Amino acid sequence: MAEYNIKELKSGGLMKQKEKDLFSLRLRVVGGYVKSEQLVILSEIANKYGKGYIHLTTRQGVEIPNINFKDFEKVRKELAEVELEMGACGQRVRTVTACQGKECSHGLIDCLFLAREIDKKFFGIGGYPHKFKIGITGCPNACIKPQENDLGIMGRLKKRFVKENCDYCGLCAQVCPVGAIEVDKDNEKIIFHEDKCIGCGDCVYSCPTNAWQKRQEGYTIFVGGKMGKFPKLGIRAFDFVETKEEVFKIIEKTLQFYKEFGKQGERFRDTLDRVGLDNYKEYVR
Amino acid sequence: MNAIKPRETLNLEKVACPNSFVRTKLKLEEMEQGQVLEVILDDGEPIKNVPRAVKEEGHEIMKVEKLDNKWRLLIKKA
Repeated sequence: MAEYNIKELKSGGLMKQKEKDLFSLRLRVVGGYVKSEQLVILSEIANKYGKGYIHLTTRQGVEIPNINFKDFEKVRKELAEVELEMGACGQRVRTVTACQGKECSHGLIDCLFLAREIDKKFFGIGGYPHKFKIGITGCPNACIKPQENDLGIMGRLKKRFVKENCDYCGLCAQVCPVGAIEVDKDNEKIIFHEDKCIGCGDCVYSCPTNAWQKRQEGYTIFVGGKMGKFPKLGIRAFDFVETKEEVFKIIEKTLQFYKEFGKQGERFRDTLDRVGLDNYKEYVR
Repeated sequence: MNAIKPRETLNLEKVACPNSFVRTKLKLEEMEQGQVLEVILDDGEPIKNVPRAVKEEGHEIMKVEKLDNKWRLLIKKA
């Protein structure tokens, strides 16, 4: 058996198992999106080299357990034929998670498209104090749990009210999850509490007369979320970011900040708590 | 508006999601374009989900009316 460096191998998605020479192969999957032809090859590999099953990770990834180290190169080649690559472990930018975005009737932003762009730009980059996780969710239902990520992105919507279209049926007030809308049918008046609005768009998508209309899509950014032994929910650092370009700038600056101020072995949240949220925000802006 | 006479009526009281929408959709499938379906829905999830789903499928919601703990919709099939 050739000499190998576990730490080096880990960066390429090889997870050492308890059993000698066996590894679980972690793959690079973006937003849980796997093509059916890739699934066929995964099945073949699991049968041929593993024990006939795969493991779906908590962050939408795929791992093939029980691969003997000596088969690694062969497996890697077979994966490459269907454009599957090894994933990331260690102190790196990890798998980018995403919900179905606009394929879901609640989704406000194209999560998969954004996830792919973020993956292309940041996936696997190392040299940080610890791992760094990014998750993208399409709306305030937050199914992907952006608040559990070092940096979480959430789709949001700003709307406008077109008085002429409204027939004061009261549906918007009924569907609003935070009571941001009051409808006074008798006096034909709508009271909108903008400070309460979470930008989910339920009113816009329900309104029978198109009195509530979408004005603009945008992004809320959470930072410093983590799970593990000492879980903390992410902090809503940027409430409404208007463009994708700005989101990219925030990710880039955040990683830069982490590299510059983080202590070795410290998760981003700990850096944030130590250096201060205001200092971070100032650095990013 | 009260003059609109629905062709069919669907009482979906105590029918939970997603069945409330599925039954509305199936009923609309049986109907002709332009015909009007009256649907009675419970408060809560059904009224949150059914109107937006009906709208997404391209039908016109002609009227929304609140009746105590229920809602009445008039839907014109697209």
